[in-house]
Amino acid sequence: MCDPLLSLSTAIKATALIQRWYRCKRAQLEIRRRYSLTIFESIEYADEQEQTQLSNFFTFMLEHCVHRGEGKEKNQSTTEIYEKIDVPDSYRGPRLSFPLNIAHAKALLNALKNQQLLHPRYVLQLLRETRRLLKEKPNITHVSVSYFKEITICGDLHGNLDDLLLVFHKNGLPSENNPYVFNGDFVDRGKNSMEILIILFVFLLIYPNDFHLNRGNHEDFILNMKYGFTKEVLKKYKVHGMTILYHLREIFSWLPLATVVNNKVLIVHGGISDTTDLDLLKLLERNKVSWCLTDAKHDICWCQTPAASTKPESSELCSSQVLDILWSDPKKQHGCTLNKRRGGGCCFGPDTTDQLLKKHNLKMLIRSHEFKPDGYDLAHDGKVITIFSASNYYEEGSNRGAYIRMNPDLVPHFIQYQVCVSTDKRKNWERVKTIEQSALQTLQKRIFIHKQKLMDTFAKYDSGRISVSDWAAVMESVLQLKLPWRTLKSRLVKTDPDGNVDYMSCFYYMDTARPMHQPTLVETLCKYSRDLQMIFNIMDEDQSGLISPDEFRKTWKIFSSYLDIHSHDEAIDKLVQSIDYNKDGYIDFNEFLEAFHVVHKLENKAA
Amino acid sequence: MPSFLQNGVVAKIEKKITEAFKVFDHEGNETVDVREIGSIVRSLGCFPTEAELHELLAKVEEEEPTGYVHLEKFLPVMIKVLLDRSYRPIPEDVLLHAFEALDENKSGYITKEDLVKHMTEEGEPFTEEEMEKMLSSALNPETNAVHYRDYISMMIVDETDDLPQ
Repeated sequence: MCDPLLSLSTAIKATALIQRWYRCKRAQLEIRRRYSLTIFESIEYADEQEQTQLSNFFTFMLEHCVHRGEGKEKNQSTTEIYEKIDVPDSYRGPRLSFPLNIAHAKALLNALKNQQLLHPRYVLQLLRETRRLLKEKPNITHVSVSYFKEITICGDLHGNLDDLLLVFHKNGLPSENNPYVFNGDFVDRGKNSMEILIILFVFLLIYPNDFHLNRGNHEDFILNMKYGFTKEVLKKYKVHGMTILYHLREIFSWLPLATVVNNKVLIVHGGISDTTDLDLLKLLERNKVSWCLTDAKHDICWCQTPAASTKPESSELCSSQVLDILWSDPKKQHGCTLNKRRGGGCCFGPDTTDQLLKKHNLKMLIRSHEFKPDGYDLAHDGKVITIFSASNYYEEGSNRGAYIRMNPDLVPHFIQYQVCVSTDKRKNWERVKTIEQSALQTLQKRIFIHKQKLMDTFAKYDSGRISVSDWAAVMESVLQLKLPWRTLKSRLVKTDPDGNVDYMSCFYYMDTARPMHQPTLVETLCKYSRDLQMIFNIMDEDQSGLISPDEFRKTWKIFSSYLDIHSHDEAIDKLVQSIDYNKDGYIDFNEFLEAFHVVHKLENKAA
Repeated sequence: MPSFLQNGVVAKIEKKITEAFKVFDHEGNETVDVREIGSIVRSLGCFPTEAELHELLAKVEEEEPTGYVHLEKFLPVMIKVLLDRSYRPIPEDVLLHAFEALDENKSGYITKEDLVKHMTEEGEPFTEEEMEKMLSSALNPETNAVHYRDYISMMIVDETDDLPQ
């Protein structure tokens, strides 16, 4: 029989040990989650910067293809187009009639929830009405809240329809007594960007005085090309997709830039700079503003298609005003510097915030634009709030989303949520593991894409082995990603007992689904597979997914000339000849490009 | 340890600490929120108790608590911790003994009630959140108990997905 006092003290010691162990385990899990998100974020921003070279090409392609499809009627109004589209009797989706009412909205929500597609005729009609309404709106919308009429502010949705539906479910549908502000970045990345736009535009038309949209940096057709919205529209709407995209381009340019609540709270998508001037912002012609992002690495500037401005000498000033509003991020240090991470806008400090708030007699700034694990974040002593409404943004379980409810006190109330797959019985550590794996795969793809450059740099060191410090330095400088390389090392490369890194070993574990003898071509195809897919989709007039070998070669020639990679022409020819998927001489280009996704050789256990 | 070896080791440790620190340095100005120090220390493979953590914090905090810790203050303290191998990790068998000590009947499991009582009332008590989180991964919902051998195996296996060396 144990001495009860002794067993008590043993129990306490045992408890303390378990507690200590558990806390450490949990912290380590949290670290893994944290650095996984760091990987995602770094790569996302690095990707955004690499727009440059293809943007002019895409602009050309979009203009060229749309007008080819519409019989060269550049000024053909939307009315004429949609009237020619018949809605067959077999169409079971929602049928809209204008003016819209709440019954239409509810029917639409139901239909979209059930993955029905709104017929292109109604989409184009909707776009026409939306454009008409938006043109009437000022650059800055002023709204008031009362105790009977609180306002709800949502941030980035990025095509996550589930999040929008969840917000409506928790917070009620928009109405005259339940006003909403959506703060930009409705599209890209998620798979239901089009559905989100449809819903937002419908409510905008039904409640024009109580439903407000601010433009985000992703309401931009060039980013849409890269980040998935363009592809989504073309896939869903095929023949009419190009027309829809063309008209959306104009609609995006007409989205208001800011909303002010009770003259005290400024809501913009990105942020501000030390030159932000709301009086100037109020007056500029927002639909005519073009802007430039600079690729900080290569010093190249890419621009939205400039349209003739009525005041050419002030157009540069207007561009930077808008650029700052849509792209800036807050920082903790004082001062206002160029936002090198994004290539546009500024990083603004607490002094910049104070300066602006004082100048316009405001109390706070609400913005979005940045991913936040908890859906929201406070900066600058609570004067700057970031609100991010896309839960599970990078991966299932990666983050919560949130929205703000505000009454005349102007004290924000945050409501957080996370869309959960009901069958997700995974434990926390399993979720972290999934996120981590996903992040590492993204990183590995990037490493693969830069394989040649990495190898060239490593070659300067002898023997295939390199110190950890040197390895980390090379990885960071070639990939231009500030990541905790030492922590990640064991997941990426082999180290020998002396602690030196076998730098080639990271490539042993990666390959493409179709190994080829032309490594640099493979890297190029891998790097640009999304862009190429875009181009092929545009060239594929009947949206069949098939392209003739000749068209393939032609497209490749145009593409490679923009990128200055002529050396691959012969290799591509050989490749084209060897592709024989379809007996009638056509290439399924999606299948072809799928082969250039990076796969992890050890991954098959997951499959 | 001969000083030349010491220097090489210290340089490596310093880089490791700096890297871990920077993951939490959100503004890139070599400071972290004081509440993150625990995570940083643990991410470097240390297993301090809460009391030990507070002790460490006292050494690295500013005289007037700003809520931030500077890297330059943290670095020497952490280097010493790693060199001295303070706050050693807990070997699997020791952990097992600890669970067994709480298992009075030697049945191989601890009921939810017993575990909660111990963890939230004794030692360095868990918060409600910590207890909930532990139960979510440790508790077998069918038996409403923690089968600690299984639990330990699961947590150890999950350790790393390092590449085969």
